Amino acid sequence: MFDFLEDYDLLEAFWMTVKLTVFAGIGSLVWGTLLAAMRVSPVPVMRWFGTAYVNIVRNIPLTVIIVFSSLGLADVFGITLGAGDDVDTMTFRLAVLGLGAYTAAFVCEAVRSGINTVPVGQAEAARALGLSFSQVLGLIVLPQAFRSVIGPLTNVLIALTKNTTVAAAIGVAEAALLMKEMIENEAQLFLITAIFAFGFVVLTLPTGLILGWLGKRLAVKR
Amino acid sequence: MTSVLYDAPGPRAKKRNVLLSLLFLVLILLGLWWAWTAMSDKGQLEWAKWKPWLADSESWTTYLLPGLANTLKAAGLAMVIALPLGALFGIARLSDHRWIRVPAAAVVEFFRAIPVLILMVFANQFYSASTDISVDARPMYAVVTGLVLYNASVLAEIVRAGILSLPKGQTEAAKAIGLRKGQTMTSVLLPQSVTAMLPALVSQLVVIVKDTALGGAMLSFTELLNARKTAASFYASVIPSFIVVAVVFIVLNLLLTSLASWLERRMRRSKKSTGAVVGPEALENLETIGPKKITGDYGENTGGTG
Repeated sequence: MFDFLEDYDLLEAFWMTVKLTVFAGIGSLVWGTLLAAMRVSPVPVMRWFGTAYVNIVRNIPLTVIIVFSSLGLADVFGITLGAGDDVDTMTFRLAVLGLGAYTAAFVCEAVRSGINTVPVGQAEAARALGLSFSQVLGLIVLPQAFRSVIGPLTNVLIALTKNTTVAAAIGVAEAALLMKEMIENEAQLFLITAIFAFGFVVLTLPTGLILGWLGKRLAVKR
Repeated sequence: MTSVLYDAPGPRAKKRNVLLSLLFLVLILLGLWWAWTAMSDKGQLEWAKWKPWLADSESWTTYLLPGLANTLKAAGLAMVIALPLGALFGIARLSDHRWIRVPAAAVVEFFRAIPVLILMVFANQFYSASTDISVDARPMYAVVTGLVLYNASVLAEIVRAGILSLPKGQTEAAKAIGLRKGQTMTSVLLPQSVTAMLPALVSQLVVIVKDTALGGAMLSFTELLNARKTAASFYASVIPSFIVVAVVFIVLNLLLTSLASWLERRMRRSKKSTGAVVGPEALENLETIGPKKITGDYGENTGGTG
């Protein structure tokens, strides 16, 4: 029953999914935190930019963003992200870019909700010590905020893991693309779907459990 | 706006903020200018490429509007089918009987864990192999099936959160006047929780609308994104077509989002409801939503009636 699996490299496809998730996750965490900092900053133009970015990007389908990064950025503008002629590397990097830019909007909202959970007294005390905005944010507020948003950030990460399948739309050789190929060639529809469903459960379930446990442990008890 | 993070600005801070604002504005303008020159270098700013979208109605009536109609049809159908299904599973997860509760939880968690695209690809192949749905109609069926399976399980969680958000007194009062469990659910809990979770339902629609685009990219479903593809090759205009389609999606979803937050504000104000509102973020803090458990002694709930 499982004979046909030898013709396909399942692990390689899921490894690609993991790589997409990790790189886009790191990128969106950095960019999302920056956006959150902008949204709470005393500079009006930055606040305005952060709000506009989040509202615009959140409302565009990820598929549109990913397809645009391939057809628009790569084909029309020739942006290859340093991959040169290597098409596989280029589509991978474009997919990471698209996934990161999209996920950052959700990371930003999660981090911002975390900033709101920090008691006003903390920031007031920090200001009374003479700390500047960036010091208050970086030393006092963000460290506490991050510990309280591990739960929401885990949900963003799990959504990102599932969203990496969209990269199949521009031909990144990850799980969903392999599934489509397998399903068209083999007559084992239910078995193949079950295998891929299982693969995603294996990827997302431990993430949720481990980070959920971590979030409960690290949350600042108030 | 004063905030936790900074004081109301004094003269020096004001000056600094203006300076930073200007600096950031220059950065944004540089970015825009770069995009603008890149576009004009590649000939994407020529009027010929924009004319079909802005000045002619033909591109809209032939491509975009039918695409948008399909997007809305798939999203609407998925919502209408997924709602009762989700309500069923949400209630089943709250059942007193373990043999109902556990399988329902398993189904909901399973479909929430799988990417929608996998479900759509599966449904597409399933319909092609086992049913005689015509090739033209199949993508629509597949997209709606995938969306229903995924969103019904998400809606089940919303329904569960909505019912759990109602004060315990509602169930107790229903029991006290002798209603059975089914009656309590259908005539007391459900009607109230529906109003409570209306905002969350509307914002789930945004997710559904966005996910229809998957069918356009992977299953040749002729929704908005796919209609863009056909139109873009017909008019030989790539970037403008993406911008137009993105704007349509943004406007549509912003309308839905603002409807959701308007509903949320209205519900919070309204005296008729129990005051419970399940916002879009309901799923993220599901554990914390439930009513406070009444602990052994009459701790916080007596509130001085003693």
